[in-house]
Formats: sequence, C-alpha cells, structure tokens
Amino acid sequence: MGWYKHLSRRQFIQIGAAAAASGVSCNGPFASPWRFLTAAEARTLAAVVDQIIPPDHDPGADWARVVNYIDIQLCGPFTRWQNAYRDGLASIDRSSRAKYHRDFALLPSDQQFALLRAMESSEVSPDAWDRVSPAAFFDLLLNHAMQGFYGDSRHGGNRDHASWKMVGLSYPQIRGRQHYEPQNS
Amino acid sequence: MALKRVNAVVVGAGAGGGVVAKELACAGFTVALLERGKWYTAFDCRKDDLRNQRTTALGCAFGPDDERYRRVVVDAHGSQCIVRPSDSDYNNNAACVGGGTFSYGAMAWRFMEQDFQMRSIYGSVAGSTLDDWPITYNDLEPYYEKAEWEFGVSGDDSTNPFKAPRRKPLPMPPLPPSLEHTTLEAAAKRLGLHPFSIPMLRNTVPFNGRGPCMRCRWCVGFACEVDAKNGTHNTVIPKAIASGHCDLRTNSVVKEILTDARGRVTGVSYFDADNHLQEQPADLVIVSASATESARLLLNSKSPMYPNGVGNRYDWVGRNLQGHAYTGAMGLMDFDIFDDLGPGASLAISDYNHGNPGLVGGAVLCNEFIRLPIHAAFMPPPDVPRWGGAHKQYMRQFYKRSVIVMGPVQEMPVYDSRVQVDPLARDFWGIPVARLSGHRHPQDLVTAKYVAERAQEWLREAGATQTWLRLPGLDLSGGQHQAGTCRMGNDPKSSVVDTHCKVHDVDNLFVVDASVHVTNGGFNPVLTILANAYRVSDFLLKNWKPA
Repeated sequence: MGWYKHLSRRQFIQIGAAAAASGVSCNGPFASPWRFLTAAEARTLAAVVDQIIPPDHDPGADWARVVNYIDIQLCGPFTRWQNAYRDGLASIDRSSRAKYHRDFALLPSDQQFALLRAMESSEVSPDAWDRVSPAAFFDLLLNHAMQGFYGDSRHGGNRDHASWKMVGLSYPQIRGRQHYEPQNS
Repeated sequence: MALKRVNAVVVGAGAGGGVVAKELACAGFTVALLERGKWYTAFDCRKDDLRNQRTTALGCAFGPDDERYRRVVVDAHGSQCIVRPSDSDYNNNAACVGGGTFSYGAMAWRFMEQDFQMRSIYGSVAGSTLDDWPITYNDLEPYYEKAEWEFGVSGDDSTNPFKAPRRKPLPMPPLPPSLEHTTLEAAAKRLGLHPFSIPMLRNTVPFNGRGPCMRCRWCVGFACEVDAKNGTHNTVIPKAIASGHCDLRTNSVVKEILTDARGRVTGVSYFDADNHLQEQPADLVIVSASATESARLLLNSKSPMYPNGVGNRYDWVGRNLQGHAYTGAMGLMDFDIFDDLGPGASLAISDYNHGNPGLVGGAVLCNEFIRLPIHAAFMPPPDVPRWGGAHKQYMRQFYKRSVIVMGPVQEMPVYDSRVQVDPLARDFWGIPVARLSGHRHPQDLVTAKYVAERAQEWLREAGATQTWLRLPGLDLSGGQHQAGTCRMGNDPKSSVVDTHCKVHDVDNLFVVDASVHVTNGGFNPVLTILANAYRVSDFLLKNWKPA
C-alpha cells in the first residue's frame, strides 16, 4: 500500500476540501445497485475476490458478499481509496483486454489467476497501470478481501458467518452479549 | 479567560496520569485531569474484529480518530509520509480514559533487577545510548506491590526462579489452564525450562467489586465486556473523582505547557470538548501523554526561556524512542489445540531475558493471545501462498491447530530514533504533529533471532509438526509499548527528567509515563509505568502541599 501515503503537504492541508471535491459519489452511480461501485466495477471485483478466496465445498468471497463489504467501506473508512479502486479496477480490465482480449470477469479461472499473480509481482505490462501500482493495488485488494471474508458480518461481508463456520468456530458465541450496531447490508 | 487555578494539571488519563491524579486528589490536591479521548465503559465492548485497537482496518475503536489526528513518518530512505492513526506506522496508542489500559491484553510484568542496570551489566553498545536507570528495582519494588494490589493482578510467578525478589504474592490466582497451556508447560519442563503463569491485570476471582474474566476470544485490543480487565479507568480514576478533588475533562486536547518569564510552569492551554481554547493555571503540571505525545507536547511548548521546547535545552526530548521488537515462532499441531478458552496468553518463561551467550538482554517468551480468523488469515506458513485455494485450505485445516510463542525483545536505545514536531503538518486543532524517524538497533535483530529459535525449539518439543520463525525488522519501533523519549537521569546534559521525574531545569513540571524509561525491559511495560507513577506521587506528596 505504497501510494496513498505519499500525499504532498498541500494535499494534506486541504484534506477536508479534497474529500468533498473528489467528484465521486456515495449515493451510487446511476443504474448501479451499489453505493460506490459501478455495475461493471462490481463484476470485475467479484471475479478478483473469488480468485483470492475461491469457492470450493465452502463458499467463496463473492458468495460471502465481500464486494458488498468493500462497497460499504468505500463510502466510509475506505473513502481515501475510492480513486484507487476506480483506477485500479479499470486497469485490471485494460490489462485483461490487452492480453486476452476480454474483460477480466469473462476470463477462464486459470487466466484470471495468472493475471492476478502478474499484478502481485508487478509483472503486468505498465501500459494499463499509469495511475496505480499493480502490486500495491493487489495488496489492497488482498487485505480488503480477507477482511470481508474473515471479518465480522456486521460490516456487510462474511455472509451467514461462512468463514467462521468453515474454520469451526461456534456462532453465535456461547459466552457474552451479542451487542452490535445495526448491520449494514 | 483563564479558568480557576488548580494545584495540579495532569495531561493524559492513561496508566501514569491516572495513578498520579488519584494519589494527589485523594491527598487533597485539586486536580484537573485532561484527557483528549472519551470515557468508554464495558458497555462499549463491540467485539468488532475489524475496528479495535489491534486491528484497525476500519479505525481505532478507542481513539485517536482518523479524522482529526495525523503524524508524519520518515522512512529509512528519508521519504516522509503523512499517516493516520489506523495506519500501522502511526504507532498508535489508545486515546481514551484509561489509555492503553482500557483495551490492553493486561500483562503485569515487574522488570527484573538487571533491566535497570543494562549498561553496568553489558557495557556500552556501539550505536546505542544504552544506559542504567538512575533508580534500581529496589526503589520500585514497594510500588510494584502497591500497583498489584490496588489494581488487582492474577497469576503465579512462584515457579519463576529468574524473577526479582517480591515481598508479597499476587492477589489473585491464575485462570484454569487451557489445552495449549498444559501442552506447552509440559514441553517446557521437558526442556529444563521454568514455565509459570503470566501475571495479568485481570480478575480471575471477584476483586474490587468486579467479577472475573469470562474467558472470551476478544481480549487484547478490545474493551472487556465483563469489566474484568483492570486499568486506570475502573480503579484509580473513579477513586480520584470520588475524592471530590479531581475534575476529569474528556475530549480535552492540550496544546501547550505555559511558562512565565522566569521559566516556571504556570499551567496549560487546551482545546475543550467544544474546541474552544482554554487556559488552566496550575501549581504543578504532570505530563502523562505517552512517549510520543509527551515529547510532542514538550517540544511544542516554546517560549523565550525555552526556544526549543520546555525541557529540551540539551536536545534530548523525543530521542531514544523505543518499544519492543516482537519475536517468536509459530507452529502447527496435528490435533485441535484451540479450545476457545480466552484470553489465550497464559504461560511464560523468563529463561531468556538475560544471560544469553554473547547477547545484550533478551525477552520473556509467552504463548500468544487467541488469534481470530482475521488475524490467522495473515499468518500462513512460509510454504503457503497469501491467497487462493491453498490459502483457504490452510485456514480450514489449521485454524484450530496453530500455536504462537513470542516475546518483546529489550531494545537498544538509538539516539536518532526520535519524535520531533513537524515544521508544516498540523492536526485538526492547528497543533504541529509528531514527526517520527529512525530505526531499530541491529543488535535487536540478533537477539530476536536467538530468542525466536528458542521459541521454535519449545514448539517442536510440544509436538508441532511444522514450525517457522516470526522475526521483527529494522523499522522504527514505538507502538503500544512506546518509551524512552524523556529519559530519566542524573545528568541534565544527557537526560530530560531527574530521578523524581521532574524536568531538569523546571521546578514544577513532571513527566510520568514510559517516556522516562531509560530502557524498556524484555517485558510489557505497563506495571512499571504504574509503579513509577506511585513512586513519583509519593515524592510529590512529600514535597508539595495542596494550596
């Protein structure tokens, strides 16, 4: 996650204004069922997170609503990564089209896997990655996918506590209160 | 307009400040206890694994918040970045009543006698400002005991032959052992080591009118749902308030220590809960804001008498920033060792704190607190990829089969690892932010590797079928064990405060937190902060009178 910290001082001093004027909306783009993501971005992201945590005899990240988790957080604590997602998801599809002539979500699984491995190790063609670092964006996606899958369901992912059931943790907890804020979903 | 004068202002209601506020207020001093955060209670326990003090993916549950706070961090290549409290390199400590003691794991270590005499025992270390404390273990012993009994500590260190002498046992027994505890204990004994139950600021039986630990999975980083963890927020601070002499003001952010033309401290200025600047006159000011924030406050308090910040005549404020280089090993068992009995950490060995061949100091080794799935996901073995089907299979197969043994390496203080104030960046209130720079001493990594290999041997003896080391890096230390930035010493030219934690060239300004630690032990530092705060309080009560 190298890029986001290297804001200039001018940007820092203007941090409040910048957030308001970044030109992205959390009311949802027109005709998208999501808060921040466009329908196309959500489709690409779903394919990415399902490579990071693929479905097998237990649910994968897409089923567990990891995209929902990320979409919610992009309008909250992840606001600072809105541009990274907008640019990064576009770059994934540009990379995919340049190499395989199709959008990422339409690739067979082995090609999706290969492209993400190339991103992780910065071995993708830089042409599609003029705005964000592929390795840094991959790390961001990896962190957020793990959070959405293994973290608490109250934040919109880990549907039906799928990951906790998978590792064998009892849910709900036997000891203690279930004392939550209303779940975002 | 200035507020009504008080005898003492205490800046920060964490470990150090909570104790001083209580001791002074209960002796009749009028005290203004200023805390930048809020006062949370057990009912604020959310068990949110993505938003707490240890996993800050969605923010720090108990402060500081990402909206108003910033720091500047300078990396090894000299490039500087602005970071938020939820970023790991912010080196955050909680900002709330109780400070770190509200949500910590609550290990209650006494440092060993050697930990106060590192220079005398080990000699000088090139590239380090390693030195002795100007006080000894014996000076602190009565106050360690006072902290253990007033706060409440459980555990049993009677089988630890390396511990410093204690006059009184701990007030509460340890929790019944988990499967991990008994497995590791037997293995340690087979290896000829000396395992014992970790002292913890945790009720295991009813104590101080509160119940015992219910052994849940969410301990370090979280509020305790049943109020069984003992911090200043549920022990000394309520007593301070009950005395009628302590005014706790939350959401109060101190801007500056005020001084007069003769250099005496006259009080502090702070932003109140409505962000209005207030002046609080006081006879005495005690700074207990954490190693980073105490140094920042001193450096931000400039006047003609103190052009480089109060207490900073010889440029020592902010230097020697240290914490702990956590080191250890992880192992996988061929059976489910996880029995869901919190807090997880329970067993320790002190065999490797000192006397390691060719090394300077060492670390206590403990089994680790329970890892939630979100933690385990980022700790696969070296031969398992970070993601994909194999990673998922690892999680499914081994979540309940992993054990971690680790410990805090006593770090060699580095003069250039430091807190400064940034010349440009400011926080929400317009106060210059802390600027962190420097790195660990290379010796820390040597010690870390040695201790980690001992942890690995222990795990193998316990039956782990696969083990691997978890080693720290050279990056700047600090974190929740941050210490060292206002060193205690006899020589004003190479320290910031004297043996009573009074700033050398100011009569009525004290620093009481881990900032004053010359070295930080191979242990979690909180009980030493509490004990030292009691010791300084005794000095204040003997030498100052409530007006």
